[in-house]
This record gives sequence, C-alpha cells and structure tokens, in this order.
Amino acid sequence: MATGKNAFNADAAKLRVNRYRKRILEVSQQVQALHIGSAYSCTEIVDVVYNGLMRHGEAGGTRDIFLMSKGHGCMIQYAILEERGTLTRAEMNGYCTPTGRLGCHPDHGNPGIEAATGALGHGLAMAVGMALAERGRKRDTIVYTVLSDGELQEGSTWEATLMASSFGVKNLVAFVDNNDFQSLGRTSQTHPSFYPVVEKYLAFGWESVEVDGHDSAAIHDAVASRKGDKPLMVVAKTTKGKGISYMENVPIWHYRSPNKDEYQQALKELEAAL
Amino acid sequence: MRNTFSEALYDEAKKNPDIYIVVADISPGGTIAKFSTEYPERFINVGVAEQSMIGIAAGLALRGCQPFAYTIATFSLYRPFEMVRDDLCYQNLPVTVVGMGSGVIYSTLGGTHHTQEDIAVAGAIPNMQIIAPCDPAECTEATRHCATQKVGPIYLRIGKTGEPNLTKDAEPWQFGKLRYLRRGSDVCILSYGVIMKMATQIADSLAVGGKSVSLVSCHTLKPLDREGIAQALRTHKQVIVIEEHAPQGGLAPQTKQIAWDIKATCRLDTFTLQDKFIHNYGSHDDLLAAHGLSPQRILVAIA
Repeated sequence: MATGKNAFNADAAKLRVNRYRKRILEVSQQVQALHIGSAYSCTEIVDVVYNGLMRHGEAGGTRDIFLMSKGHGCMIQYAILEERGTLTRAEMNGYCTPTGRLGCHPDHGNPGIEAATGALGHGLAMAVGMALAERGRKRDTIVYTVLSDGELQEGSTWEATLMASSFGVKNLVAFVDNNDFQSLGRTSQTHPSFYPVVEKYLAFGWESVEVDGHDSAAIHDAVASRKGDKPLMVVAKTTKGKGISYMENVPIWHYRSPNKDEYQQALKELEAAL
Repeated sequence: MRNTFSEALYDEAKKNPDIYIVVADISPGGTIAKFSTEYPERFINVGVAEQSMIGIAAGLALRGCQPFAYTIATFSLYRPFEMVRDDLCYQNLPVTVVGMGSGVIYSTLGGTHHTQEDIAVAGAIPNMQIIAPCDPAECTEATRHCATQKVGPIYLRIGKTGEPNLTKDAEPWQFGKLRYLRRGSDVCILSYGVIMKMATQIADSLAVGGKSVSLVSCHTLKPLDREGIAQALRTHKQVIVIEEHAPQGGLAPQTKQIAWDIKATCRLDTFTLQDKFIHNYGSHDDLLAAHGLSPQRILVAIA
C-alpha cells in the first residue's frame, strides 16, 4: 500500500511541529480549557500522518482517512487542518466561543473531521467500520487513528482490537500516544499490567512496533515499512506537554491554559528549539 | 417476526450494496443465511461484543453505508448505550439498531433478557427514531423504511417468532402516522408491538358486546403522531392504551400528556408493565399476566 515511503523530510517536519505548537499556544490565550498537554504529546504523530502518510485525493486519487480517537488531543488536528486550508483562521480563532464551530473535542460535520469523539474508547471500532466500508467498496483507502493510554483501558477498545485482526482488516493504522499519564497519575504506577502494549497487540494478531513518538522520521518509517498484511498498532512513546519545560509530565496541563507569563516563557522555548 | 425481518432485509440488500448487517452472535435466522452466503462482506458477526457492533455500524455509516445492528433487544441498546448515544445519535447516522425479542418475550430467561424500559431509554436520546411493528407484515414495511431512510438512527423494536398477522385489512403503513387496523366510534385501543395480539382480542370482545371499536397500531413511537392521537382522543368516548413497556416514557404517559394538552374529555385508561422486576419464569403470556396485562383483567378494568 502506498504510504509515501522515502518521501519524508524530517527537517521540514521539525519546522511544522514547532509552528503548530506556537499556533496552539496562541489559541490558548483566548480560552480557559485547551488540553494543551495532550495535543503537544501527539503533535509529531498527527503531523506525520497528515503530512507524511496520508494521501489527500491528489489528482483524483485515494483520499485516506484520519480519525482522532483521543478527541481531547484535537488542537493539533485543528492546527494542521487550518494550515492545510480545511479550517479557516476565523474558525480556529473561534475555538470554544459561543459563535465558534470548534469545541474541545472533534465534532462530526466540521470541516476535516471524520467522526465525533471525546468519550474514550469509541474511535477504534468506528475506524474498523470505516476500514470495512472502504474494503467493501474495493478502495485502497487507509484509515489512520490515534488513541490515548486511557482508551486502552476501555473494554470497547479491546473488542475493536479483536475485530480488526479477526476480520482481516489491513487498511488500518493506529497509534497509541503512550505518554504514560492520566488524571490520577502515571499509568505505569496506577495500572502496571497495562504494559507491555506491543506484545498485547501482537498476541491479538496485529503488527505492532514501538517508536519514539517525538521522532518524526521514526514514526514515518514505522508505518512506511510495515508489512501491510495486518492492522498496525504503533506504540509511540511520548511526553505529555512535550516541548515546554514546565508542562512536560505535569498533569495540570492536561486541561488548563498558560497565563501571560507562562505564555511568554513557552514562546521563548519554542523559538529556542529551532 | 425475526424471519420476516430477515427476508425484508435480504430483499433490500439485493437492491442496495450499501446495506450491511452487524450481528452480535445472534442471527435473525431464516433468510439471513442467504444474506451471509451471498454477501459475506456485508454480514459482520462481531461475536459477543455489542459495543463494537454499534461502533463498527457507525463507522460503516460514516462512509455512506446503510447498516443494521442486530441482537436481542436488551443487548442492542443497554449494553452499548454510550455507543448508541454518541456514535449513532450524536452523529445522526442512518443506522438501524434492531432489538429482537423486546419487552418480556424472553419470559423464561429472567430480567437480564427483558427490555421493559427501552422505549423510554431510546426515546430520551435526541435524533433517535423508534419503530415497533405489531406483526410480521408491519415488520416488513418497517424494515423497508429503515433500509431506505437517511434521516438518522432508528431503534427497531421487534418480536421474535410465531406472531400472527393482524394487519391484513389495515390502512397502508406510513412512518410516523397512526395506522388504523379497524375503525369505530365508541372505543379506541392504542397499542404497538407484539402485544397488539392481546389488544385485538380485547377489541373483538368489546365488539361482541356491542361497542364500535377502533384498533390502532402506534408503530412509530418517535416521532409520535401527536395529532393522530389527539384526533383519536377527540373522536372516541373511551381511549385505552395497552403497551408492553414500563409506565414511564412509553405510549401511555405520552397519550396522557396529549390528552391534558388538548383538554380531552374522553375516558382514558392505560395498561402497562409494572415498574418492577417480576421473577416469573412461565410463558410470555404468563409474565404479561403477572404484570397485570391480560384480556380478562383489562376487560374488567375498562368496563
């Protein structure tokens, strides 16, 4: 299956993810709630999917699908959709406002959004259904989705995991944004049996690999080099709040927005990262 | 009724390659074997995994398909409730959730297999539509409607097996409209679903006693034909609601509400399941009787 192998420019990706993080930071100044830590955690993953893997229907060709199963990470999806022109700047600036169309979770019907998510553990089954529909129509569409650690605690996710491989779904590529953080602490401490993840997926009949979830080239290569005869789960080891020193691995940044001083400091850190 | 559903679905699937059925280790039987043989890609058995059944159906619909999700009523709606609410209703997808063996049809299997409150549960969700056919022929009409509509999700509440056809002389079936199986002027019986058989017996008894009786299938519970019910309340001296559902959230309280709204002057009696789990392991009729739903009791109460 064509996934754009060897076409990935890691230097360009570095510039893009820095730009997206700045844009998310900018929007953060308008609202109280943002899930900024969650978006920064999966920034590289979603960027690679949109800008390195997906086919966007160029010249009438295949249009792959992205479904943000961990809906609370949607700010990075919005930032990418804005840059791609799917969302307007005005729509982005209207995020979480009474007259805006974008909320804290992706809503079905909004430009570029394939499904409404937010409640955890729904995305993978919908992605399996989408993949089956595309297969039924003899199309080579690939469905991409990103899950959170918490979603892998939902029984529904494991149902869908069983379905994907049992039904021979090959056109499904999933990522878990494995930042090891949840509301009440580190997953490795609250639920040590959560690990290992890769072995669980292998046992369920998937192809599965672990990568550094902030290494764009590694993420890309993990997908581009897949065998393609099974669904793929990429376990991306990530850092919640990645890129801003005071946000990294600090659970409060799951939800709150930076104040003015924190904003300035974050901006400086992002500038310095280039 | 489930076999009739299978036949109707198979006929629709022959015409429309976008029709899928996702089942959870429960097959409608009958003609569905032809469906699964001829269209294996469109017959999906998730096993005992109802959350996936609804999620996968949603994913199919998001790509333009027309899926049916099918299992025993309680497992079609209660087990995957959040998927029904979020994946289907919030996204307003044209997925039909088929609840088979609804009400207390699975009498000997106990309360875990009963859906006494499904109309209330499904009806409370925005965008959800509800159809409960009263006999196999009406089930065919309802299934055809579900297979061709694109408005949004439908909860199709059906029986199981052995139901008689009661609608041979009825007016044409129309989604969202009351359907008179017979028209009279004294008493009007409003009912839906499998218990229509009992409603028919009561109507017959009243007719023998000299009453002019209307018998109405309120097959579409949502959107409810409020104007049709208002008209029935205005044009009959006595209206009787008989339903195999809890006292809350079904046809009975909605009819009372309409009666209040229009200041109806007719006599209005309602007969429902009780608001309790009854541990009776007899026949379907035995369990209905234990809930107070029997022709004898109702005839005495409405006299």
